[in-house]
Parts: sequence; structure tokens; C-alpha cells
Amino acid sequence: MISLAHYIVLGAVLFCIAVAGLFINRKNVIVLLMSIELMLLAVNMNFVAFSRFLGDVSGQVFVFFILTVAAAEAAIGLAILVLLFRNRSTINIADIDSMKG
Amino acid sequence: MPNINDILIMLPEFYLVAAACLLLLMDAFMKPAQRPLLHWVSIIVLLVAMYLVIVGQPPQTVTAFAGMFVRDGVSEVLKVFTLGVTAMLMVYSRPYLIDRKLPIGEFYALLLFAVIGIMLLVSAGNLITIYLGLELLSLSSYALVALSRDARLTSEAAIKYFVLGALASGMLLYGMSMVYGASGMGGTPSLDLAQLHQVMAYTTAPTLLVFGMIFMLVGIGFKLGAAPFHMWIPDVYQGAPTPITAFIASASKLAAFGMAWRLLDGGMGDLSQHWQLMLAVLAVVSLAIGNLVAIVQTNLKRMLAYSTISHMGYLLLGLSAAGPEGYAASMFYAICYALMGLAAFGVMLALSRAGFECEEIADLKGLNQKAPWFAFLMLLAMFSLAGVPPLVGFWAKALVLEAAIHANMLWLALVGVVFAIIGLYYYLHVIKVMYFDKAEEGGTLVVQQDKSLRVVLSLNALLLLALGMYWGPLLDWCRHAFGL
Repeated sequence: MISLAHYIVLGAVLFCIAVAGLFINRKNVIVLLMSIELMLLAVNMNFVAFSRFLGDVSGQVFVFFILTVAAAEAAIGLAILVLLFRNRSTINIADIDSMKG
Repeated sequence: MPNINDILIMLPEFYLVAAACLLLLMDAFMKPAQRPLLHWVSIIVLLVAMYLVIVGQPPQTVTAFAGMFVRDGVSEVLKVFTLGVTAMLMVYSRPYLIDRKLPIGEFYALLLFAVIGIMLLVSAGNLITIYLGLELLSLSSYALVALSRDARLTSEAAIKYFVLGALASGMLLYGMSMVYGASGMGGTPSLDLAQLHQVMAYTTAPTLLVFGMIFMLVGIGFKLGAAPFHMWIPDVYQGAPTPITAFIASASKLAAFGMAWRLLDGGMGDLSQHWQLMLAVLAVVSLAIGNLVAIVQTNLKRMLAYSTISHMGYLLLGLSAAGPEGYAASMFYAICYALMGLAAFGVMLALSRAGFECEEIADLKGLNQKAPWFAFLMLLAMFSLAGVPPLVGFWAKALVLEAAIHANMLWLALVGVVFAIIGLYYYLHVIKVMYFDKAEEGGTLVVQQDKSLRVVLSLNALLLLALGMYWGPLLDWCRHAFGL
């Protein structure tokens, strides 16, 4: 039987993978966008699991809002990415370093 | 069921949404030559919204849409100042937008949507409303930062802001999910802040609750820009167009304070013994990093970014006192900081023009000879930021320090005083450059001729002096909002 703890651990693992992807990744901005998406999905997993096992729908309602906002967020992120590529002809993270200090 | 009363309570927000959509439509159907008209339209829209907020002020706390939206004293004060500060900002940014041929309609529409986000955020009664308000503010800000599409630094600032902002939202949400789970262990699960307040008393999973609180705290730290979650602040301040930087430094900080207070006191007030010390540590680190790194900056915007980090340290000082007195001092601080930051960036906007951003400290050399009045306004802003009496920055600092001492955190207040003295150095450096350095040959400093900018900027800077002499009414208003 899959219990609540299993889902929470899965959510935590997904969240850790996403955060690691944000910090370890040194190559590509698109991978950053994927990590952000994964992070939000990990949160959704948590909300749905709690909502299901505790018998309350409000968590699932929250998930709908998160999904919608994540779509808008991805759209803006990709737009900024296009802008970045047009200005610099690269989306390599190591090259995005003109401001320091 | 929602009824007409709910809509009346949220009238200023509904009105602003309608006005922002209408503004977008007007922009789409206007001839390019008429577009500058949008400037006055959006300022009037904001002033009308301010009027609606003040007139519709309920005598006591009211909620709408089953507790999703709360209208109380705190939200009223923050909304009035958000709208006022944004209206002033619009006056400052008009010449900047026209000189650089930036998209005017998008700027005003996005700014209005960001303001709606702030208004939702500061009167949120539910985790969902907090998240939606925050994202409305953040997404509009990301787009605003990327507004000048050709500048190299702008796109870099935008992507950094976006990635770190999304990380912060993710952390905040993850914390919210845990708090939601903990509220369901041994009771009814809830997303409502008022109900979450009691969770600590009954929950059978206190560890989960504290974990959730820590994640939420990290998210709040990111949004406030408190060290060690401040990485995005310097780059975004430097890279963004100056009007947007001014918005992030002023109205956004009011929102961040509102969010922090709603979540910490509203949702997790019973856990204050846990978060009090964490906030104190964040405050000390912010004060140290902000004040020390600002000293070596040569770029004025970057220096003000580090100064923001240190000011967020003072704001956290008041919040960590975890009582109405501390919150009131903190809110007073946030409002004063918004006005001071706006004045400093306003002078930069007044001195910049197409091809010359006036963002290096060296650009201000000999400003006193070229434009003594603007040098004086900058002097007021800098002295106020540094906390020199009789300007309002001094009283703001004194009040948060007093609140920290009353909360038995004398050490924290001492740290605050020491770093205030260290911070004095870099503000005085700007004043020295303006008054005692000689202007370079063939000087490039020219002041914008825009009359409305000159008048409003002068009023803004003189307001710092006036509030410094006569801070009572504003402070009373803040204290009254917290029931003092």
C-alpha cells in the first residue's frame, strides 16, 4: 500500500533534484527553466497527496492555480530567454557574467 | 456565496484591473503620436484608486470571498503608499521613456498590473491569495526589467531576476504545502491564514510545521532581498532600466513587508519563538553584507542595491521583535525607505538622458556647480538613507532599534547602530563627490527640463525633511493599523 509518507518523500526527492539542477547546472538556461518547472511539480505532488489523504479539496484547488501560474511563468521565462539569445547569441550560463561585484 | 458586499470591499482592486485592461486596449488602438497621453491617464487611474481606498476604508477589519481577502488597517496604509509612490514614479519615468523610445503602453499597463499584485498581496487572507498576488507582482516585474529590449545588461538582469524569483516562489510554495499538511494532522486542513494561526496548538506533526515555516522564511528572505538570499538584488538594480529599479526599490518593498507580516504574524504567529531568532540572524547578515560591500561600489545603482540590502536588515530588525510595536516600526521603516529610495532614483532619472544613464558615482562630480538644487535634493535623499537627523531616515532607524531593545534584543540593536555608522561612509562619499569634486571638462550633466518631474521630485525630497520634523501623524497611522 502506498502511504502518505511515500508521496511526501517523492515530493522531497523531486524538489531536491530541481534545486540541485538550478545550482549545479553550469551549461544551459533551458535546463534552469526545466528545473523550475520540476520544482513546482514537486510542490503539486505534495499538495495533491496531502489533499487526498487528509480528505480536503482546497489543496487540489491550489494545485490548479499553481499549474496556471506556472504556464504563465514559463511563457515569460522563454520570452526572456529569446531576448537573451538575440542580444548575445548564446544561452550558456557561464557567459552571463557581465555584472559582478 | 460571493455577494455584492464582497465586490464592494474589493472595489479598488476591481477598478484597477478594469482600468489596466482598458489602458492596454487604448494603447493598441492609439496612434503613436497620442501615446504620451497614456502617461496622464495612468496617473489619474492611480489617484482615483487611492481615493477609492481611502473613501472605502472600513471602520474595522472586514473580509471578502470567504476570508480570501482581508481589508484591515495595515492593508489600507500599505495600499495608499503603494499607489502614491507608483504615481510619483510614473512622473519621474516619463522623460526617460520618451528619450529612449521605450514602449510606453506596455510600461504603464505592466506597472498597473504589478500594483494590483501588491494590493492583493498586502490584503491576502489565504495562502492562495498570497501566491497569486506575489506572482502577479513578480511576473510583471520580470517583464518590466526586460523592457528595454536592446540593452545587453537588461536581458542578463531579467534572466537572473526570473530564475532566482522563480526559485523563491518554489521555496515559498513548498513551505506552504508542508504547513497545509501539518494543519491537517489532528485537525481540519486549511489554507486560511487565520486558521493556520492555531495549528501549532493542536498539530500532531510539529516538525513538519516548522520545516514548512523555514521554507516559507527562505522565500520571504528572497523576496525582501535579505542576505544571504540577496544575490539577485545588485544585478537586477544595475541592469534594469532606472524607473524599474526605482519601482523594485520602493513599491515592491512595501509589498514584501506586507507579505512577510501576513505570513509570519498572520499565519505563523504562534511559532514566533522559532522564527524570531532566524529573522534576527538574517537581519545581522543583511546589515553586514549590505553596508560593507556597498563601500567598494563605483556604480551608484549597485551601491544603492547594497544599501537596500542593509535597509532590509533594519526592516527585519523590527519584524523580529515579533510584536505590534515592532511591526509598526517596521512598516514605518518600509514606507520611509520607499520614499527615500524613490527620491534617490528620481534624481538619477532627472539627470539621465538618452545615451547617458548617470549611474556611476563619478558622473555626479561637481553637481553642485551645475545644478545646485538637484545636488541638494540628492543630499537630502542620501542623508535620509544614512539616517542623519533631522531627516526621516533617522526616526525610522531609531524606532526599529527601540522596538528591538523592547523585545530584549539589545545585542541586535547594537549591531544595527554599529552598521549605521559604517554605512554613513558611502552615503557621505556621494555627497563629497557632488559638492567637493570638480566637474570634468566639457561636462555631460544636464537636468531634464520636464516641469512635472522637477516639481514632484522636489516635493518628494522635501517630504523627507518635513516628515523628519513632523513624523507623528505617519507614525500614529502605522501604530493605529496594528491596534496600538
